[in-house]
Amino acid sequence: MTLDTVKRAQDTPEERQPYAELGMKTDEYERVREILGRRPTSSELAIYSVMWSEHCSYKSSKVHLRQFGTKAPASEALLVGMGENAGVVDVGDGWAATFKIESHNHPSYVEPHQGAATGVGGIVRDIMSMGARPIAVMDALRFGAADAHDTRRVLPGVVEGISHYGNCLGLPNIGGEVVFDPCYIGNPLVNALCVGLLRKDQIKLATAPGPGNKVVLFGALTGPDGIGGASVLASATFEDESQAKRPSVQVGDPFMEKLLIECCLELYQADVVVGIQDLGAAGVSCATTELAAKGTGGMDVRLDLVPLRDPSLRPEEILMSESQERMMAVVTPDDIDAFMAICARWDIPATVIGEVTDGGRLVMTWHGETIVDIPPGTAADEGPVYERPFHEPAGQAALNADGPSRLPRPEDLRATLLRLLGSPNLASKEWVTSQYDRYVRGNTVLAQPADAGVLRISEVMPGAEETTRGIALSTDGNGRYARLDPYAGAQLALAEAYRNVAVTGATPLAVTNCLNFGSPEDPEVMWQFAEATRGLADACKALGVPVTGGNVSFYNQTGSTAIHPTPVVGVLGVIDDVAKRVRSGFTAPDQKVLLLGETEEEFGGSEWAHVAHGHLGGLPPKADLEAERALALVLTEAASRGLLTGSHDLSDGGLAIALAESVIAQGVGATVTLPEDDAFVSLFSESSSRALVTVAPESFEAIAELCAANEVPCQCIGRTGGEALVVENVLEIPVAELRETHTATLPAIFG
Amino acid sequence: MSAARVGVVIFPGTLDDQDAARAVRHAGGEAVPLWHADPDLKGVDAVFLPGGFSYGDYLRCGAISRFAPLMEELIPAARAGLPVLGTCNGFQILCEAHLLPGALMRNAGLHYICRDQGIRVESTATPWTSDFTEGQEIVLPIKHGEGRYVADQETLSAIEANGQVVFRYVGGNPNGSLNDIAGIRNEAGNIVGLMPHPEHAVEDLTGAPSTDGRGFFTSVLKKLVNL
Repeated sequence: MTLDTVKRAQDTPEERQPYAELGMKTDEYERVREILGRRPTSSELAIYSVMWSEHCSYKSSKVHLRQFGTKAPASEALLVGMGENAGVVDVGDGWAATFKIESHNHPSYVEPHQGAATGVGGIVRDIMSMGARPIAVMDALRFGAADAHDTRRVLPGVVEGISHYGNCLGLPNIGGEVVFDPCYIGNPLVNALCVGLLRKDQIKLATAPGPGNKVVLFGALTGPDGIGGASVLASATFEDESQAKRPSVQVGDPFMEKLLIECCLELYQADVVVGIQDLGAAGVSCATTELAAKGTGGMDVRLDLVPLRDPSLRPEEILMSESQERMMAVVTPDDIDAFMAICARWDIPATVIGEVTDGGRLVMTWHGETIVDIPPGTAADEGPVYERPFHEPAGQAALNADGPSRLPRPEDLRATLLRLLGSPNLASKEWVTSQYDRYVRGNTVLAQPADAGVLRISEVMPGAEETTRGIALSTDGNGRYARLDPYAGAQLALAEAYRNVAVTGATPLAVTNCLNFGSPEDPEVMWQFAEATRGLADACKALGVPVTGGNVSFYNQTGSTAIHPTPVVGVLGVIDDVAKRVRSGFTAPDQKVLLLGETEEEFGGSEWAHVAHGHLGGLPPKADLEAERALALVLTEAASRGLLTGSHDLSDGGLAIALAESVIAQGVGATVTLPEDDAFVSLFSESSSRALVTVAPESFEAIAELCAANEVPCQCIGRTGGEALVVENVLEIPVAELRETHTATLPAIFG
Repeated sequence: MSAARVGVVIFPGTLDDQDAARAVRHAGGEAVPLWHADPDLKGVDAVFLPGGFSYGDYLRCGAISRFAPLMEELIPAARAGLPVLGTCNGFQILCEAHLLPGALMRNAGLHYICRDQGIRVESTATPWTSDFTEGQEIVLPIKHGEGRYVADQETLSAIEANGQVVFRYVGGNPNGSLNDIAGIRNEAGNIVGLMPHPEHAVEDLTGAPSTDGRGFFTSVLKKLVNL
């Protein structure tokens, strides 16, 4: 096979190149020719095709994502915003937290175990590359109907992949979501979140300054993994002709990743790293162009020095390989020996493959011949930007007009509660979460099924400053709400995650998001995307929490049928004294049960409409962000004053499910009287901005005053105690029956 | 008097070392990291082999770790009476090293399980369990995919007859272990291995909803002080 050198490219300007097969449009290819003043070599074409793919360049989403910056609320906590590997937030006492959520949807459909496993691996490396120790993971998952045949293939594989990779890494899995809906049957969603901690003054960035500094590739060897995966797998649907383009999914090695974590932390501690970048989608192409573009602008790389698992790999394949567990660092010549010694201690292969230059060009050679010579910024930052056309979907008005008011309401509310509680979306997810280690590293304060995961900060790094602080994290998203109104749906996702953080007593600080949609080439999908991003940006501004980063996943569709638009939102909060965190549900008898917030008749997109009638229509609950903010203030203030003995947010399934889950949590019953005349509305409406809390009787006045001062409606609806959930004059269900109904569903389906 | 020193072994892929060290410190001891590649026990008074996936567990769990340079020092010291505790992967390593009889196989349900598990203390005649009472029921987390204890009939009869079963699962056998065995000791009693994790149950704020793991560390530290 002829080596396509720069010289050869100059000599053979008319040679036909497979840009279309690599997912490039003709005008994009022409632009590359214009930038270079000649045709690209095949290696250069590989670089531009992956870097300009939807996955890496965000070319369809960029114009909308800008709002997260332009509308960003002022935040003193934000240390690193969007555009880096992950955002970084100040959590006090010199500590910073970095967190991000990212999708691995398409690979998880093709090969559920490895797809999900490498999704975890990828996001963990993003967190490591900020200079942090990863301290926990969580996963937001969406599958087709629970009893669908293919769900029985995909779900166990995904759970096993997350379980194996995450457990083997030694990162506690502290929360997440599992949601079933027929719309995800051909496009499951696997969104993985990782959070890390670091000292505020030790943030690392993806940059390669300083001519003469060495470029080191370290970690696993490079093999033919997921070649073309970034541009092809992540950008094409699973229909017909793309079958041929479906390459193998990457395979993960969590043991190597664990060693990489410890190795990187030692490298940071020894202060021998100038810049660092993980290798994810687009592998060496992405790492070299991005590091070079953000540094002094130039880099010389000897591609033949890349250590290979398969010696027959061609330079184009090395550039596109997505082999896992690899990192690239920039190191001064003085530190290189110390760097290599630390890698050796952890048995991590490390190789100097190049050097930073001030030439403004990324130049790569293959056994002495130049095969790449490009301005790196043109690949990394100056990709195409599309203003895709969008318009409201044809059936949207009819969908919104078909509200739930026409649905017959149940007579038997006891049976309705049990039916909802045992439905796959509301049933206990223990079958899934018991396969994840939630205890490792010993800092887990709260984990699933709590509303948010809570971690102690102290003792994360031996020798670092002690602090009483903790962090809380939650992810939420409701595709049905977003289908009915993507603007409100995205706001409701944020509101719920924000509320889940606040009910533990933590103050919400910052946001990450994973935006899962169908094809951006479909103007109706693009409308959903535009509305959702606009809604989320507006809500972040209203709640005062900036977006620090995230990820967009398009093309989640089969044929012309897209998934429900599914913005998944993660919120990180901080609690000043983690010992004051509020536990989930009813934790002791003889406590007053308070309902905070306003209940209205809101059933559009509700679990009741979904489970009882298979209905989706009307409008989702109103997203009242002022009320949400006031509620969070009450919750965090009450927690810091030690007023709350338990809490739980109200969301899917309304008050009925919140009461049932609160009873199941510790096996403490309760007797309540419904505040509204209409028991059905009281129990099952999904109005936003509401929470249940319990207080000792003597604390009631203090919390009532706090609520009044913040204009948060507060009603005492009953008292904890006993062996059953009793709703006066409506229903009575023993704790054991609630628990049995809640826990039996998933084991019955998945074994 | 200086605190008793408990070595915490770190193999590549060890995960619970931080928890183990913390549990030792909370009980008043000094935790001494022992690196797999250094054949040096650093004069410790006892050794804790924590859980994890040493060497990725790509071969049989613990099968590679037993050959680590540190083990060349540890194995004879343990045979000579040094108190040694292995939890989870540490238990698997002790079995692979033939310091404890039997083996640990894939869970009967084939899934990794993380849950808070009831356990009965069957023997207090070890340096790690003397602070418990015989028959005491405690709660400790388990988190493993390969914790099904098996041994041939002869071995099983022998360890039962010798009182070498130290812990049994109660309230349901999570992994299909023979005779509900959760942990065992060697004949001399100084070496104990179990699948549950006492180091995750020593604090009110974090970890499992019990502090029953404290007894392991208070037991051994008392024993070391009284030597």
